[in-house]
Amino acid sequence: MSSPSPKKQDKEEQKQKAVKAGEGKKGQGKEDGGSGGGGEHGAAVKKPTTKAERRALQEAQRKAKEERLAAQGKGTAKQTTSTSGGGAKRSQASKGGEGGAKLEGKPLEVPRPTRQRNSSSSTSVTTDDHRPNKSSKSSKKATEQQVETGRRVKQLQLFSHLQQYSKAPSSPTLPWHSVSTYTSIHPAIIKLGLHYSHGVICGSNSRCVAMLAAFKKVINDYTTPVQKELRRDLDAHIRPFINFLTHCRPLSVSMGNAIKYLKREISKIGPDQSESEAKRLLCATIDEYLELYIVKAGTEISKLCQNIIKDNDVILVYAFSSVVQRVLLDAHCSGRQFRVIVVDSRPKMEGRHMLRTLVQKGVKCSYVLINAVSYIMKEVSKVIVGAHSLLANGYVMSRIGTSQVALVARSFNVPVLVCCETYKFSDRVQTDSIVNNELGDPNDLVQINRRQGNFLTGWKDIPCLGLLNLVYVITMRP
Amino acid sequence: MRTIRNRLCTAGMASGMAVAEKGRSDLGKEVEEKLHEFITYLKQKNPHSSYDVAKRTVLLLREVCSKTRWYSARDLITNIRAAGKKLIAAQPSESAVGNMVRRVLKIVREEHASCVAGSVDEVDVRALLQGRDDSDDLSRQTPHLKGSVIEIINDLLGELELSASNISSQAPDHIHSSEVLMTTGYSKTVEAFLKAAARKRKIEVIVAESAPFYRGQELAKNLAVAGVETIVVTDSAVFAIMSRVNKVIIGTHTVMADGSLKAINGSYALCLAAKRHSVPVLVCAALFKLSPQYPCSYDHDTFNKIVSPHDILRFSEGQLVSKVHVQNPVFDHVPPDLITLFVSNIGGNAPSYVYRLISELYHPDDQEL
Repeated sequence: MSSPSPKKQDKEEQKQKAVKAGEGKKGQGKEDGGSGGGGEHGAAVKKPTTKAERRALQEAQRKAKEERLAAQGKGTAKQTTSTSGGGAKRSQASKGGEGGAKLEGKPLEVPRPTRQRNSSSSTSVTTDDHRPNKSSKSSKKATEQQVETGRRVKQLQLFSHLQQYSKAPSSPTLPWHSVSTYTSIHPAIIKLGLHYSHGVICGSNSRCVAMLAAFKKVINDYTTPVQKELRRDLDAHIRPFINFLTHCRPLSVSMGNAIKYLKREISKIGPDQSESEAKRLLCATIDEYLELYIVKAGTEISKLCQNIIKDNDVILVYAFSSVVQRVLLDAHCSGRQFRVIVVDSRPKMEGRHMLRTLVQKGVKCSYVLINAVSYIMKEVSKVIVGAHSLLANGYVMSRIGTSQVALVARSFNVPVLVCCETYKFSDRVQTDSIVNNELGDPNDLVQINRRQGNFLTGWKDIPCLGLLNLVYVITMRP
Repeated sequence: MRTIRNRLCTAGMASGMAVAEKGRSDLGKEVEEKLHEFITYLKQKNPHSSYDVAKRTVLLLREVCSKTRWYSARDLITNIRAAGKKLIAAQPSESAVGNMVRRVLKIVREEHASCVAGSVDEVDVRALLQGRDDSDDLSRQTPHLKGSVIEIINDLLGELELSASNISSQAPDHIHSSEVLMTTGYSKTVEAFLKAAARKRKIEVIVAESAPFYRGQELAKNLAVAGVETIVVTDSAVFAIMSRVNKVIIGTHTVMADGSLKAINGSYALCLAAKRHSVPVLVCAALFKLSPQYPCSYDHDTFNKIVSPHDILRFSEGQLVSKVHVQNPVFDHVPPDLITLFVSNIGGNAPSYVYRLISELYHPDDQEL
């Protein structure tokens, strides 16, 4: 490789200076790197560079970066909370080393995508010594996302251990997953994953039911490969599907429990059973599970609640729960006279769905947003809510906002009832809502349907602003 | 020596009309015009900034003092009461109007007392001990009353203008480094407070967006543009995130006489969550928001203002809207036991001290205008 010419060295120094200046300014590294790169582009146009010269420049840059990182040493790798000069150190992501390298790669990355892809991958190999280089695209994407949030407001780092939100694109041309991954996943599962990701199928019960229906299709289309047993291979066959679904949207506890049940049933299949027989058996157990643990459970809960709902009751419900809807409709059909207050919250506004169904059946309803809960609570006689899961220490994991409704209800001495099927019970214990939660799309907070427009349209350009969209909350015992 | 006019004044509502009419004729054309202009402004449905309303009220009352004809403190009080009644009737939910009217009335009484007897304290104690009737004193002619009243009203205006900066200058006393603060809604006082704190301390602010008016989003944007690290969360996430918050700082529309708040929708749930997690709640409110009225019943219907449900359920969903009762209250009542501290322009006070502030700022005779 030819040594870099003096003119190239000048340009390289200029570029380094531009990069350093870019990193010095918080959050403006991109622009400065871009301007530095743009300047060089202009210079490059004047004197056409050969391939060898370009490679030499790249090598020099890589060496310079290594030197810089070696000088910083373990500093970027450790989890630091202080922001001391340089955009690189600003990344407070827990996976510091890789994140640091990626962030430094970022100002260089933007103007020269073709070149820098090599340098960034090489630096991640060289600097990232104490962490095995994860080659799976998903974890790399997760790290990038963590760096994204890390560059934003510090408090959002409270949630950097959770899977960051990434919406599956509607067109398969975007490289969200490699094409090969797409082709190996059953189309029913892809459809399901996209439904989850776009919020078409929402709610613990519906997600579980849809997932089991999709798995039935998968089982029916499955053919045991030669020299393999169904009960061993089917498990491995399903695993990538479950990973795919988790990437689309983290699994709910109901789905997790259903999958555990399915795997248990698969392992129970005798080695001498024919394939068609085994498949039929599996589909039958899935149907049985659905019938017993979801449908019949709902019926039983509804029966129990019939005695609880009395005439002239005012019942408050929060957002949407299929169980609670069932309870209310059955009570209405059996002739009880009561009225319902539906409390709704942003951004999902699921309460409207509940409201529509109730109004269609003729139930008297009121509708408020969660902020007005203290205003209407004086009229309420009971609060009935659904749950996403019941934890082993008795805490309830449910839609965000439930705990607030429960808190206000308690201050007005209104009883709060939680309806939850047993298949949603979980072995986990949790004491706060941050250690395990789901992050929704922060862009959902921007759209506010005001005539005068949204306040937060350009929120990504403001470095000090962050948006947080939590999905679940833990409701504790008082 | 009681005059007929005095007896009429102390009689009650029946004579009120006669007195008011006398008051109206004394207000003069110029002042009447300004009064009508202000009443039109108050009647508009746009939410008014309490500070603007308070300032305009005081300016108007200064006009009443300087440009109307009055011969004694009793006359002046009548004039101010007449103007004040009209203003309050125009927009009853705007308590700043009534507060400022009562402040000015107290100023007039105090100045009259000091003009007559030299020192205010002396007169009060003597009057209390001897059970002397005040109404006698008020009809006495005092030559320098006009000048001193106008001077004190100017002081009041100055206090109003400086109230936000006085409150924000106390910010570093309450906020330590690396704190996470939480707020909701949009209060200009709180915005100034947080910006002042951010200048001296490293803080992070979490703002609840406060649907359906989304004032919280506006505040968050302003803070972020000014360089304060801000996160916007939905109102439903308040309890979830409260365990990581160090202090809650809210503004309020009014501070009632028992120390409770008439604050923006959602404040009650926020303060409850704060109490549950043992997070102190600081209320930044200037003294002009302090009202001598008690919340008459915890039945919010008389206390609250309900506005159009369009923000909650659009009229375009006609099927639904016609069958459903939608409520959109503006205010929330927060009881005094959920509040840790009131930060006002004269310093920090506990909610239990509010009664004392009221006795200093307002006169009990002015309770009923």
